[in-house]
Amino acid sequence: MELWFTEQHTPNVRFSIKVDKQLFSENSEFQRVDIFDSAEFGRFLVLDGRIMLTEKDEFIYHEMITHVAMCVNPAIKKVLLVGGGDGGTARELLKYDTIEKIDLVEIDAVVVEACKKFIPQTAGCLDNPRVNIFIEDGLKFIRRVENEYDLIIVDSTDPFGPGEGLFTKEFYGNCSHALKADGIMVNQHENPYYQKDAVAMQRAHKRIVNSFLISRVYQCHIPTYPSGHWLFGFASKKLHPVEGVDFRRWKNLNLQTKYYNTKLHRGAFYLPSYVEKLLREVEEN
Amino acid sequence: MGIEYLNQERAPILEALEKMKAARLVPFDVPGHKRGRGNHELAEFLGQNCLDVDVNSMKMLDNLCHPVSVIRDAEKLAAQAFGAANSFFMVGGTTSSVQAMILSTVKPHEKIILPRNVHRSAINALILCGATPVYVNPQVDENLGISLGMKTSEVIDAMNKNPDARAVLVNNPTYYGICSDIENLTAAAHSHGMKLLADEAHGTQFYFSSKLPKSAMSVGADMAAVSVHKSGGSLTQSSLLLTGENINTGYVHQIINLTQSTSASYLLMSSLDISRRNLALHGEEIFSGVIELTEYARNEINSLGGYYAYGKELIDGDAVFDFDTTKLSICTLPIGLAGIEVYDILRDEYDIQLELGDIANVLAYISIGDRKKDIERLVSALADIKRNYRKDPSRLLKMEYIDPIVDATPKEAFYAQKKSLPLEETVGETAAEFLMCYPPGIPVLAPGERVTKEILDYIRYAKKKGCQITGPEDMTINRLQVIRDIGK
Repeated sequence: MELWFTEQHTPNVRFSIKVDKQLFSENSEFQRVDIFDSAEFGRFLVLDGRIMLTEKDEFIYHEMITHVAMCVNPAIKKVLLVGGGDGGTARELLKYDTIEKIDLVEIDAVVVEACKKFIPQTAGCLDNPRVNIFIEDGLKFIRRVENEYDLIIVDSTDPFGPGEGLFTKEFYGNCSHALKADGIMVNQHENPYYQKDAVAMQRAHKRIVNSFLISRVYQCHIPTYPSGHWLFGFASKKLHPVEGVDFRRWKNLNLQTKYYNTKLHRGAFYLPSYVEKLLREVEEN
Repeated sequence: MGIEYLNQERAPILEALEKMKAARLVPFDVPGHKRGRGNHELAEFLGQNCLDVDVNSMKMLDNLCHPVSVIRDAEKLAAQAFGAANSFFMVGGTTSSVQAMILSTVKPHEKIILPRNVHRSAINALILCGATPVYVNPQVDENLGISLGMKTSEVIDAMNKNPDARAVLVNNPTYYGICSDIENLTAAAHSHGMKLLADEAHGTQFYFSSKLPKSAMSVGADMAAVSVHKSGGSLTQSSLLLTGENINTGYVHQIINLTQSTSASYLLMSSLDISRRNLALHGEEIFSGVIELTEYARNEINSLGGYYAYGKELIDGDAVFDFDTTKLSICTLPIGLAGIEVYDILRDEYDIQLELGDIANVLAYISIGDRKKDIERLVSALADIKRNYRKDPSRLLKMEYIDPIVDATPKEAFYAQKKSLPLEETVGETAAEFLMCYPPGIPVLAPGERVTKEILDYIRYAKKKGCQITGPEDMTINRLQVIRDIGK
């Protein structure tokens, strides 16, 4: 018997993982939530047919969405995590003793519960008293928040599902308002390779550029995401992601990471020419 | 046909189209695209399912000009579902329904009583039939800059002064959701021997919810034009004309056939049939959902501050006899922006398209197809706009309604000898054409009405703020045709 999970990366491209067994499946109010177990990638979470994380490669995404901003400003105390119900990003944030509070706003309670039960590698941290979970639409949560957070991480699904509202000008505008003067926003920024995703990436970038003075994009490599090449956005009203950053300070914290390091931090902001061109196109008009 | 066939779970036109498809006919009739085979690009764009049923009338599909089988049955089911004596499927938009109501009830030189804030389609009907309008001025809410309903006493006054009028037209509701007292107006019209016509372009939902204002048919009105395509979910341009017990349907049919296409679209007709079934079976639940969603949006928007999303608190028992809570109208003046400015910012900067923006309000159309997360986007965008774009509100105009001075009937003015003048030189002249912001499509100036400085100021202001002005032959709206030698 062979059981394969297949994700449609584009109408013409498929990505498959051989499945050992299915651990969970439920249609929530917002999406279909599945968790599978596999030999190659361990357990993996799938929302509406799209892989969100696998136990084997999740460290790349979660480290890169967290440590870049934390290295730029180690004084961060209050963090808003939009999405991220799997707990991976919260786990990375909790490595910093200086963080006082993490408000995690996840729209779908089923994701949180399923991950707690089947993917403790990421969700095990969600009972930590520094993590406050709100089951709510992030767009709604942020509307009335003002000058509150040092860091907002948008750990969302792609812009074609329940996460749609998190790729909009109204969301980024409200984020900017919810951040303190030296606040940072980091968002998962899609892949620049497949056309449909690249267009979504450009639109998001344009909206962020309109709402923040400083807006840069950095990259990493994630084996199980479409095209394998993934981008993140770094936006701030004040702090530059590389210039003036005291990298030694972060090194002195002696945190254990598998992917992130300070050399990579600097390098991640050097982008391929075609990606630079895509970004420039929307920055200029 | 027995009772079993004519029940609301059936959809006669849909069923006939399914049978027609299964019969695999060789089409030697129009349309010439022959199920899309002759126009691949169109089939690719609209989808094969669509072109498979873009067919002409034939025996098994009946004929809208003379319905005797499936269309007649679908119309009967619609009449039943809407509580009317009869219904007509209309394929020329609710414009065609409104015109059929008026042409069916008034003849040349006869009078019709109507509020001046009617849609242009009603005044167009007066140009076609040559009837004389007797306007009842709608009340105006000064703060919101919207016209309201008609005071019952003023309409009755107009009936007493014009006992020869044949019909009364009522908006039920207005674009903004305001209802006049249609029940008492119907009773008054009938006691004066007049027909009561309802423009229900924005009122489909009234027929399927116990939580909303009364529908025209439920209070015994004679005719109603219902835009099923607006809140009822059918395709754009499809509409229903409903008639009560005392209307001669044969005559109405003749009137409709004067201007209706003899190649009525089965896409439009099947969409009416399918939507009627859905509304009849699930309407109460659907509109409860819409009401809940709209109330949620209203509360969220009002709690942002700086916007006023109005609701039932406007009800005063007269000019605002009732309010349609599925309408989400938002006054934007407190943040110093005209409605049309917020409308433009939402579209250009936030990718959110609203139904309309006038000089004081925006209107978001909430319907059967809306989702909570989209409401969150709208509310969040309004919050962001308030922070980033707000201005000093003191320089904004409010007024939406200007009392008309009528020099000639719409038909006299339309067909009169005309001259074209630069807009700014037309003060004191009698207009021979319409001037309006679209949407909402309510004329600021109708043919036969005197041009005043106030009207030109309003148009200039609306144009500057970005309203789309329509009506005149001159598409640039720099010139207006007026009547030559009005003899006043």
